[in-house]
Amino acid sequence: MAKREEYEAVIGLEIHAQLKTRSKIFCSCSTQFGDAPNQNTCPVCLGLPGALPVLNREAVRMAAKAALALGCRINRVSVFSRKNYFYPDLPKGYQISQYDQPFSEHGEVEIDTAERDERGRPLAWRRKRFRIRRLHLEEDAGKSIHDGMPDSDRASYIEFNRSGVPLIEIVSEPDFRSSWEAYDYMQYLRQALQYVDVCEGNMEEGNLRCDANVSVRRRGTATLGTKVELKNLNSFRFLQRALEYEINRQIEVLETGGEIVQETRLWSEAEGRTYVMRSKEEAHDYRYFPEPDLPPLVVSEEWIEEIRRELPELPNHRKWRFMEQYGLSIEDAATLTSTRALADYYESVVRETGDPRTSANWILSELMGLAKAAGIEPFASPVTPTKLAGLIRLIAEGTISGKIAKTVLEEMFRTGQPAETIVRERGLVQITDAAHLEAVIRRVLEANAAYVEQYRAGKEKLFGYFVGQVMRETQGRANPQLVNDLLRKLLMGG
Amino acid sequence: MPITKREVEKIAELAHLELTEEEKEQFTVQLAAIIAYVEKLNELDTTDVPPMAHAGRDERADYAQRDDVVGEGLGSELALANAPDPARGYFRVPKVIEEG
Ligand SMILES: [Zn+2]
Repeated sequence: MAKREEYEAVIGLEIHAQLKTRSKIFCSCSTQFGDAPNQNTCPVCLGLPGALPVLNREAVRMAAKAALALGCRINRVSVFSRKNYFYPDLPKGYQISQYDQPFSEHGEVEIDTAERDERGRPLAWRRKRFRIRRLHLEEDAGKSIHDGMPDSDRASYIEFNRSGVPLIEIVSEPDFRSSWEAYDYMQYLRQALQYVDVCEGNMEEGNLRCDANVSVRRRGTATLGTKVELKNLNSFRFLQRALEYEINRQIEVLETGGEIVQETRLWSEAEGRTYVMRSKEEAHDYRYFPEPDLPPLVVSEEWIEEIRRELPELPNHRKWRFMEQYGLSIEDAATLTSTRALADYYESVVRETGDPRTSANWILSELMGLAKAAGIEPFASPVTPTKLAGLIRLIAEGTISGKIAKTVLEEMFRTGQPAETIVRERGLVQITDAAHLEAVIRRVLEANAAYVEQYRAGKEKLFGYFVGQVMRETQGRANPQLVNDLLRKLLMGG
Repeated sequence: MPITKREVEKIAELAHLELTEEEKEQFTVQLAAIIAYVEKLNELDTTDVPPMAHAGRDERADYAQRDDVVGEGLGSELALANAPDPARGYFRVPKVIEEG
């Protein structure tokens, strides 16, 4: 679409993240996912008359960690408000949220972002700042099931295990200019919330959800176009694809002389398009007012500073430090800092080997491959950082070859034994004795006299064949460099 | 703020109430009277009074909060005991077609 270049998108994201408290935000019911329907309920989260909410202080603490990780200013006093609307999974007829005095505001994150080619590969990475308007506390609603029951054509099923689970709503400023910027921000948010240990970040289980506001305008204009709200963006892929579709749809409408209608649209992954959600004609009027059953939420400066001191190094800074300190590429640094546990694992290995490059390679290519095949996280494998460092040391010292080391790592992964033990017990020590190797090579050359003739007559690619034969004779234990040198010498001289 | 019949109709709609014409007339008058009464408060000078969100406002941090401890809930059987039409452990309601 040639016209595509003349427009830019203006996107804002609203992200709901479930805080990983044990109990709900205003009652002591369990937040356990996957329990029998309505098992974790009480008068408070069922909205029974007379029940009163009491705020979970751990939810406040987690919200504060999230707010500080995202550069937000925490308000000394914030106020809970009732957001009134009718829906069967909202038992009180209102959601306890925050409105005009939110928990925190004015955040900002600086992250790496890149457009992608048609195969999803990043083009040029660049750093960009995205502002966060507010981050506030609220309760989740229950869950409605509209499909899949025998009488789903005439009934909906409701359960309240999720009702009252603590959420933070993170509202960005409309700072994203492309679907990939929104995607990279969403990825970063999830990672940051996991780093500060307040959200599982599992979109399939619904503990991270995303809505978007999208409009388009001609490049260079400052006015905002009419915005459309997109819902149901419950995976990173959906988010990016839905935004891309919606941006193109709006440009198409404008280019054909149409007008954008302010509406809410849902993404359908099956059809690969957005469609208008059935909705009431009148605009929503939530009639917010202060929640009379909860006092204002007051926090002290000392408390905020205490939490700030507890924050770990955040994922973007850790990635940039890895690039600078260890000389890693942005991709390798990003993978190694994808979770705190993996980044800790890597740094433990580096501390013992003193070789950041080799340590990164062994984790990224070999260990992660094995872990992926076994369906576990690399840092959770029996190969502890000390054991992986032990393996790397054996290679550095020339005790085993890199090729043998791969076999040893597989064994370590399976049994949890240290590399030294495996190498000793299975006789895998590298052959670096030149006299020994020379004898092997002579045997190989004698047995392949015809090939030796051909090699000497100019068929040089036979060299690899000889190397292979020597490796076979030594069960792969021969020092490769030594084999090369000796072979060359013996083939030349005879 | 004057209350008109339109306001009453809107409030009724938001509250999912169906009012007769007579009720609308009646509530318009009554609501207007209530608002006028409360508006008396505007006669006070509140220039230096900060807005108050809650009568029980307490400046102590950590006021009226609970620890993150899981307690005994009702369980699904008791939760559904008074439901008019429970099924399969759920509250069953007439089909919901609107979203949000
Ligand atoms: Zn409860």
